[in-house]
Amino acid sequence: MILSVRDFAIGFQREGQNLVAVDGISFDVEAGETFVIIGESGSGKSLTGMSIAGLQPPTAFVSGSIRFKDREMLKRPDAELRKLRGPEIGLIYQDPLSSLNPVWPVGDQIAETLVAHGLAGRAEARKRAVEMLERVRIPDPRRVASAYPHEISGGMRQRAMIAMALAAGPSLLIADEPTTALDVTIKAQMLELLAELKHEMALTIILITHDMGVVAEVADRILVLYAGRIAEVGPADSIMLQPSHPYTAALMTSAMISQTPAKQELNAIVGGAPGLGAFPAGCRFHPRCPRAQNDCKAVEPPRRKFGVVELACHHPIEAAMSLTAARS
Amino acid sequence: MALLELDAVSKIFSQRRGGRAVQAVAGVSLAVGRGETLGLVGESGCGKSTLARLALKLVDVTDGRVRFDGVDVTGFASRRMLPIRRRLQAVFQDPLASLNARMTIAEVMREPFDTHGLKLGAGLEPRIRELLSFVGLENIDIQKLPGQFSGGQLQRIAIARALALEPEIIVADEPTSALDPSIQAQIVNLMLQIQRKRGISYLIISHDLDVIGHVADRIAVMYLGTIIEQGTADEIMQRPLHPYTQALLSAAPTLAARRQVGWKRIMLTGDPPNPADVPSGCRFHPRCHLARDICREKVPPLRAMPGTGQMVACHLAPEETARAGGEVGRARRGLAVAS
Repeated sequence: MILSVRDFAIGFQREGQNLVAVDGISFDVEAGETFVIIGESGSGKSLTGMSIAGLQPPTAFVSGSIRFKDREMLKRPDAELRKLRGPEIGLIYQDPLSSLNPVWPVGDQIAETLVAHGLAGRAEARKRAVEMLERVRIPDPRRVASAYPHEISGGMRQRAMIAMALAAGPSLLIADEPTTALDVTIKAQMLELLAELKHEMALTIILITHDMGVVAEVADRILVLYAGRIAEVGPADSIMLQPSHPYTAALMTSAMISQTPAKQELNAIVGGAPGLGAFPAGCRFHPRCPRAQNDCKAVEPPRRKFGVVELACHHPIEAAMSLTAARS
Repeated sequence: MALLELDAVSKIFSQRRGGRAVQAVAGVSLAVGRGETLGLVGESGCGKSTLARLALKLVDVTDGRVRFDGVDVTGFASRRMLPIRRRLQAVFQDPLASLNARMTIAEVMREPFDTHGLKLGAGLEPRIRELLSFVGLENIDIQKLPGQFSGGQLQRIAIARALALEPEIIVADEPTSALDPSIQAQIVNLMLQIQRKRGISYLIISHDLDVIGHVADRIAVMYLGTIIEQGTADEIMQRPLHPYTQALLSAAPTLAARRQVGWKRIMLTGDPPNPADVPSGCRFHPRCHLARDICREKVPPLRAMPGTGQMVACHLAPEETARAGGEVGRARRGLAVAS
C-alpha cells in the first residue's frame, strides 16, 4: 500500500461558519494501480487530490490522516512537502499553462526540478530534460527544450507538463482532469502515453476526473465521491458495468448516450449537486435519488461491504438489476 | 425550402501586424430544414464556432451567401436583421459568460422583449415565469444574479431566454460541454422535448459525437474549415466513410468497449492542424493512414456516394474506406450489446 487516507476532512471558514467540503473519507491506494476519483463539481475530488500532495489551500482546516509511504502528509511543514513533490509525487493538471512558467524555456524548467532537488548538476540536468521530452514522445525534443511554452502546441505543452512532473522520478502521479480540455483525438493520444509511462516508470496513478470514457480505459479501482462523502469504492469493472449506488448508476447512464436509441429521452437524474454548506441531511444524494425512501432522508447511510464493493447506500441496486438499469 | 442556408460561405480573418491571413471557414455549404436538427461535429480550431457565428450573422462572411427562409440576408445590416433575429436565436457553451453577470434573471429574461420593442406590460412577468417553468425552473427567485445559480440552471435560463421570442431555429454552440455529466443528460432531454413540443429546428455544434449522434437528424463533420463528410445520423454513426470521421468515432466508443482488453482505436498521429498553415491537397492527409500521392496533390471534392445521400470528401471513399467504416460503426453498437 502506497497511500492510506483515514477520516480525512477538509473545509473552510466562511462568515463565522465551518463549511465542510470533504467530510471524513477513508481509502487506500495500492502501489502500481490506477486509482480513479470520480466526482462532479463540488464533490471535493480536487481538494482530496491536492491534499494528498500537501497542496490544500492555506485557509482550509483539515483533520484525519493522509499517509503516503508511511509519512503523514497533513500538517507537515511546507519545506518538507516541497522535497517530496517531484522526487516522490508528480502532479499534472487540466491546464498545462498553470504549471509551466511562460518566460522560461521548457527544457530549463524541467532541468530546474532536477537541480532543485539535488538530483543533477546543470549540464546533466539539461541533458536529462531532453531525454525526458523524448520519453513523452515529443518529436524533435532538442528544439522543444529551448522553446518557450507559448511557442509549442497545446498537445506538446501537455506532454511537456507530464515530462516535468515525471522528471525527478516520482512513484506517485496525481493527475487532476488531465484530459478534460482536450479534443477526442488528442485525448486518445494522452491516454495511451500515460498508460505507457505508467508501465515504463512503474508509476502509481491517482486520476481525478468526471470523464467516464477516460475512467473506463484506465481505472483499476474507482472511488465515487458525492458532496464530500464516498458513495462507492471498489474494482473498476463492477463500478462501471454493474454500479450498486444509484448515483454511480446515473453517472454511467449519462455516459452511455450512444446506447439510448436516437432522440429518446435519456435516463437523467433530476436536480444538481448541492453546493458547499448546503449538503442535505441523511443521505446527501437523496433529493436526486430515484430509489430514495424515508430512511434516506433521516439517516446518513454507513459505509458497508456490498458484494465486491464498499458503499454508503440504504437501498443499493442488486447486481442483476444494475446491468439492466445501466442499459435501459 | 431550407430554413437556414449557408451557400459556399468562407471567412478569412486577417491577422494584425502583418501576420498571415487565416481562413477559418473555407467554402462550406449547409442547410437546415424546418423541424430538423443538423449536428455539426469537429475538434478545436476546425472553424465550427466561426461557422455558428456566420450563421447567426454575428460576423460577416468573406465570401458566399447566407439565406434565411429563402431571403438572402448576407448583406443585411443589424437593423434589417432585427426581424430575422426574432426567428433565429442562439445558445452558447458557457452560460455564465453569455449572460450579463450584473443583471438579475428578471432583467436577463426581459431583454429580448425590450430589444424587439415588445411591450408586454403586466403580461411580462407571467410570460417570464411561463418560459422558466417550460425549461424546468418553476420556483427560482428571478431577482437573483446569474452567479447565484448552478451551471445547469444557467443553461436552462439561457435556453428559456432563447425561446422568449418563439424562434424557428436555435443555433447551439457546445450547449452541454461545460456541464457536469449528470446535468448534460438533462439539457439533452430538454432540447429534445422543446423540439417535440414546438417543432423548432436546431443547428447544434459540438465536439461530442455521442450528443450529436443522439439529437441530430443529419450530421456534418468539419475539419480545418471544410466539411469532409455529411449524411443522415444513421449513415454517419453506422458507416462513416471518411477516415477522419472514423477516427473521431473510434476515439470515444462505449464504456463497455473501452474496458475490453485488446480493443484498439484508430489513432491519429500528430497535432490538430493549424488553420494558418493548411496542407496541400486533402487537408487531412498528414494525419491519415491511407494517404498517398493523390491525397497530397489534389483537393478531394465533397461528392455523393453511390446509392446513398452520404457526401464524402475523400479520394479513396468508398472503395477503400467502407470496410473500416462498417467496423467502426459495428464496434460502437456490437460491443455495447455484447456487454
